[in-house]
Amino acid sequence: MKTAIIVFPGSNRDRDMFHALELITGTRPQGVWHTEASLPDVDLVIVPGGFSYGDYLRSGAIAARSPIVKDLIRKADAGVNVLGVCNGFQILTEAGLLPGALMRNAGLKFVCKEVKLQTVNSATRFSSRFVKDQVWRCPVAHHDGNYFAQADDLKAIEDNGQVIFRYAEGTNPNGSINDIAGITNKAGNVLGMMPHPENLIEDLNGGTDGRLLFESLLNAA
Amino acid sequence: MKARVIVTLKNGVLDPQGKAIEGALGGLGFDGIGAVRQGKVFDLVLSATDKAAAEAEVAQMCEKLLANTVIENYAIEIE
Repeated sequence: MKTAIIVFPGSNRDRDMFHALELITGTRPQGVWHTEASLPDVDLVIVPGGFSYGDYLRSGAIAARSPIVKDLIRKADAGVNVLGVCNGFQILTEAGLLPGALMRNAGLKFVCKEVKLQTVNSATRFSSRFVKDQVWRCPVAHHDGNYFAQADDLKAIEDNGQVIFRYAEGTNPNGSINDIAGITNKAGNVLGMMPHPENLIEDLNGGTDGRLLFESLLNAA
Repeated sequence: MKARVIVTLKNGVLDPQGKAIEGALGGLGFDGIGAVRQGKVFDLVLSATDKAAAEAEVAQMCEKLLANTVIENYAIEIE
């Protein structure tokens, strides 16, 4: 599986993602700087976590208007798989690739801890290696992870099965509506999530729960 | 020509920062507060000379960048 990782000024989880993807896919991802006009021909494009542009204006707002994101939108519309984690999720909503918005955490504090996620839809290319309703561990680290969507958008994503991951067992760290932790677009090829599966992929991390997401994508490729 | 853009959260969108400010004002003894909502102000200096054209252009800026219309409304003042 060929992969690419977009790097913005202020990205900081890109290196974790390079490591995770190289370990799991056996191939080093291609790094793509945000000023480039086009993405390479790959099976999966990752928008990594961090603080692109220092979270100026709104988290992900400036990055979503950068040159490379124009091509990301074209590639996503053409069916290429896209995964946005944390700041990547914020960028994908700001770019209009995913519905809703990520607002300041309800508790107003930056949260950096482990939560439990429930895979509520395991019939997707991002989640096929999970058992439906499987609860798994995953780290979070964000200040603006409070997912919100207007009532009609929310109803649509729930009805279409676009909610893939929810915070489980009372671990919602940020006030996200309906405990939403990760959603796809309607076509199912773009996933955005606040938690960091790339940080729980080998024993050195204290667990390997996050591998299942990447292995799902490998199965689909 | 100058433009001021005021961006506010839409009704029904939870504003935890506004709530925290509301609580802090209450703590300072201001007890007549019904609600506080936080927003943003942008002051732009424009080279345009036509007011209607300037307003239309600033509206585009709001739609494309200054506001996230999923959660925010914007208002434009031109002077």
